[in-house]
Amino acid sequence: MSEARDIAILGATLVDPASGREERGSVLVRDGAIASVAWGEAAPALPEGAERIEGRDLVLAPGLVDMRAFLGEPGAEFRETLGTGSQAAAAGGVTTVLCRPDTDPPIDDPSVIDFIKRRARDKAIVNVLPSAALTKGLAGKEITEFGLLLEAGAVAFSDGAKAVRNPQVMRRAMIYGRDFDALLINHVEDPELRGDGVMNLGEFASRKGLPGIPVEAETVMLERDIRLARATGARYHAAMVSCSDSLDLIRRAKADGLAVTCGVSINNLCLNENDVGEYRTFCKVSPPLRHEDERLAMVAGVAEGLIDVIVSDHDPQDVETKRQPFAEAANGALGIETLLSASLRLFHAGQIGLPALFAALSGRPARLLGLDCGRLVAGAPADLVLLDPDAPFVVDKRKLKSRAKNSPFDEAKLQGMVQLTLVGGAAVYRGEQG
Amino acid sequence: MTSQAPLYPHRHLLGIEGLSHLDIEALLDRAEAYVALSRQVEKKTATLRGRTQINLFFEPSTRTQASFELAGKRLGADVMNMSVGSSSVKKGETLIDTAATLNAMRPDILVVRHHAAGAVNLLARKVGCSVVNAGDGAHEHPTQALLDALTIRRNKGRIMGLTVAICGDILHSRVARSNIILLNALGAKVRLIAPSTLLPAGVERMGVEVFRDMRKGLEGADIVMMLRLQLERMNGAFVPSPKEYFRYFGLDRDKLELAASDALVMHPGPMNRGVEISSEVADGAQSLIREQVEMGVAVRMAVLDALSQHLPNV
Repeated sequence: MSEARDIAILGATLVDPASGREERGSVLVRDGAIASVAWGEAAPALPEGAERIEGRDLVLAPGLVDMRAFLGEPGAEFRETLGTGSQAAAAGGVTTVLCRPDTDPPIDDPSVIDFIKRRARDKAIVNVLPSAALTKGLAGKEITEFGLLLEAGAVAFSDGAKAVRNPQVMRRAMIYGRDFDALLINHVEDPELRGDGVMNLGEFASRKGLPGIPVEAETVMLERDIRLARATGARYHAAMVSCSDSLDLIRRAKADGLAVTCGVSINNLCLNENDVGEYRTFCKVSPPLRHEDERLAMVAGVAEGLIDVIVSDHDPQDVETKRQPFAEAANGALGIETLLSASLRLFHAGQIGLPALFAALSGRPARLLGLDCGRLVAGAPADLVLLDPDAPFVVDKRKLKSRAKNSPFDEAKLQGMVQLTLVGGAAVYRGEQG
Repeated sequence: MTSQAPLYPHRHLLGIEGLSHLDIEALLDRAEAYVALSRQVEKKTATLRGRTQINLFFEPSTRTQASFELAGKRLGADVMNMSVGSSSVKKGETLIDTAATLNAMRPDILVVRHHAAGAVNLLARKVGCSVVNAGDGAHEHPTQALLDALTIRRNKGRIMGLTVAICGDILHSRVARSNIILLNALGAKVRLIAPSTLLPAGVERMGVEVFRDMRKGLEGADIVMMLRLQLERMNGAFVPSPKEYFRYFGLDRDKLELAASDALVMHPGPMNRGVEISSEVADGAQSLIREQVEMGVAVRMAVLDALSQHLPNV
């Protein structure tokens, strides 16, 4: 990838989440890295043979780092592969993906990490980083080989869509994980409190006759985890929060200086429970779409920086698992390709500025995972996205690059189209005008 | 050229939600005629002659299935019953596959019961015939609400302005949901009586007054509609025991005295005698429970008849 020709992007609006800067400027890419960033109107001197891209009316920002996506391999290649998943990512301006470990077999052994790395090298066009299972076989009983898995290339630990239910297991994982400075991620949804619930508990679910999931399913487990993190000093990340009560817990944990962070799914930022409508199974996700008040609290949480990262929670589902009665359909929604455009709804609604938005999409997830990207500075990897933030389009699920088609944003009107995605300085996606 | 517009303007009956009070009254009026017909020696008409009706039940039911079967037969339809237990689900056939298979047999009307809310709605979008919801999860059971309304109307002469107390397991009840919508549409005052564990979230915003104390909720009620509490929900899951439940939420002579002196008692069946209702009340002079069953056939005839107006004739 580093053999690509030099690329100069001139006169774009540069957004650097690390410094919070948003100004016109030009960027030169060479040998897979950002060679120089020239803030201001003046065009910098260009090396001969460089590809010149006019950035007028476009935004250039660090590529997105998506901390939660299911990429199918190994075992669910009919839903997604590292190839198709990474093409969807590239088309959405996502340059690094942390793939979920709840595969078949699960990523709970260094050899599976190795498999993912080799497959990604051969098939993926963006950076794919494996997260490893937190417990062996995702069974929630015994912790995995944190040390060996980290050495093999794992960058975080979680049980994917399964919550770590046993508090003693979580406590041990935190105590042991701290010795390796491991990042532990939990899907905070207590299975007992969720019960047979399939959507947010409330009037809408009641009218539809669907069993509800109370917010306490999330807050009870989050509070437990935060207490354990406080006691152990572990690095802890709540994969996705969905209600304002959770934000109160996160706020307190951060004020107390704990190494506690959290994410939010793009679904909980852009959709609410009413989108379920007449039992639309594409809107069946975990955590469930909540009340509009909770959605607004999530938006405010991102704007304030209380919520650290926005994730796609990309979860391709086969037709057969979604074409079911709502209660029997699988959870999960496509998200990686529409992550950026959907996030820009917040920007266009005046709820968040671009630097803050890219901090949640690129800067902070990179920092949490200990990556060098997510910054617009000389020397950083040239993982970049060039986008037209105003370009309108209508999402057409048939045109999405994922192997599955379960997009809750199908037919949604979004604004913001990716023109060019660079990974390590190489163009991995070019939009229609890019 | 026939210019008579059908009085019921929908192709399916998927729920009470979405029906206007005119739609509901049209069905009830039509049902009146079938009550009379069903009391004659000659009970058959040719309304559905040549039509095929399939009763597709994913959840076991004796009463509702029998009622729909009789209704179809009295209208002259060929009626087939299909009980799809959990076995064919285990064989991997999906709801959509089952629907497509049956659709290929060219039925005119499908009567469907399913254990999942929204399943009948989903199925209706995949078939070419008319669909009647015979109960979907905890969502709706529209013909039950219609037969309840017919029973009330025939005994009280009206529904507008009556106070109807629905009592019991509201949380899991499709009967309660359909009745809340229908009774509101026809201008009744609806009260719900249940312990908090058996009330759905946000129910107070559905046009009802909620009571946790049965005695208060029954005061002055014109109709007391009891709901069935399933056995598996009685022993500590939602209420501690059948004994405690009956003490606070079972309808007995004593509690019924608090309702209006001419109050009438209803129950969609099957009853748990001694759990939600005492035998004395169930079999007493104020009970409409058996009449409900009779009205059930008439209402289902009316529904099948109304839907058949929309079926193609060539």
